[in-house]
Amino acid sequence: MTDIRPETPHAKTFRMALSSPARHLAGQHYVVRLTAPDGYTAQRSYSVASAPDDSNDIELSVEKLAGGEVSGFLHDEVLVGDELEVRGPIGRWFIWEGQTPAVLVGAGSGVVPLMAMLRLARQSGHSELVRLAVSVRSQEDLYYADELPGPETTVIYTRRTPPSNSRPAGRLTQRDLSPMLMPDATAFVCGTPGFADSASELLVGLGQPVERIRVERFGPTS
Amino acid sequence: MAKPTRGFLGRGKAARDPRLPPGQYDAGDQWPVLTAEVTPHPDLASWSFSVEGLVARPTTWTWEEIHALPASVYSGDIHCVTTWSKLGVTFSGVSVDTLLDAAGVEETASYVLAFSHTGYTTNLPLADVTGGRAWVVWEYDSAPLAIEHGGPARLLVPHLYFWKSAKWVAGLRVLDHDEPGFWERNGYHDRGDPWLEQRYQGD
Repeated sequence: MTDIRPETPHAKTFRMALSSPARHLAGQHYVVRLTAPDGYTAQRSYSVASAPDDSNDIELSVEKLAGGEVSGFLHDEVLVGDELEVRGPIGRWFIWEGQTPAVLVGAGSGVVPLMAMLRLARQSGHSELVRLAVSVRSQEDLYYADELPGPETTVIYTRRTPPSNSRPAGRLTQRDLSPMLMPDATAFVCGTPGFADSASELLVGLGQPVERIRVERFGPTS
Repeated sequence: MAKPTRGFLGRGKAARDPRLPPGQYDAGDQWPVLTAEVTPHPDLASWSFSVEGLVARPTTWTWEEIHALPASVYSGDIHCVTTWSKLGVTFSGVSVDTLLDAAGVEETASYVLAFSHTGYTTNLPLADVTGGRAWVVWEYDSAPLAIEHGGPARLLVPHLYFWKSAKWVAGLRVLDHDEPGFWERNGYHDRGDPWLEQRYQGD
């Protein structure tokens, strides 16, 4: 563990140096496994927030869930310098390799794998390939708040908007997504199952082909 | 056993329900939904289930026809590779044995590929879907299976990780070789036994 920093009141980003080289693809995740002295284990998957690079470090952003066994431990116990057992990178479905247009739609912690994609696009000089919409309740819930906003991104505030925001508070609608669509783009939707379902329906309604919508659902039912 | 993680005491092995395979936690009342594709909206009038491939009589059942087969119930536990388990759940439907017997599986058959209305697929050894170990189910806890959980009907193979229990199942193709399905091609294990923690390729 080389760095721990807050993203929101409930989320932190954990930067870790990998013990063996591995270059992930944007959208992949790692499994973090904790082992107790008696051999009891608990493991969870966390998406990589950092873009693929040559550093051999990965950044995982983790939301602390109420009663979360692993997220609670990461937030409350882990210190810089600690060693954690991780496995990965994992996933070949919800990945973007940086060459083709991508429409990214996420809510809350669902922005994490999409951020890896946005970072990849920007660092490779191809930010024209991606458009990102992130839905959050209010400003304080936005991950990567200093970095995420940009010409390719739209933040949708559902409860409380910042003072100068032209769009009133409210859930994601077709009107928000419509300008984001691009020919031949793959859509990547990530968030709670409720969000993922409604965002997918909006995209389908706007003509995004079902077979070009990839979905990753985080957390329990809602 | 891996080196213990500094500061992690866990919930204690002794306190763990022995029905939980290694690395799993009890989801309790929650039933998480994880799907890679857009949730479909199947139509019962056009719904069907087929058994095809290495069988004497490729057979297709409509919604009414499959409900006319002898009913079968599973009461027990289910385990998802993402580490949640649900203990003491009940599903009702028809045993896969009934479906395969109607079609007449050939002697050379050794695997099946389950396929769904969404294009999802998952592979299983024939031995893992026979002998009372698998069902096609349409009821969960005495109510119709909800769409987000694979309704109107899903495959149920509870002794393996739950991605093998294909949601919105449309049929089984009987084969003489193993053919990796969707998640198996995307990094997950070909068999998926939770008691051996066969989560990913290479486990």
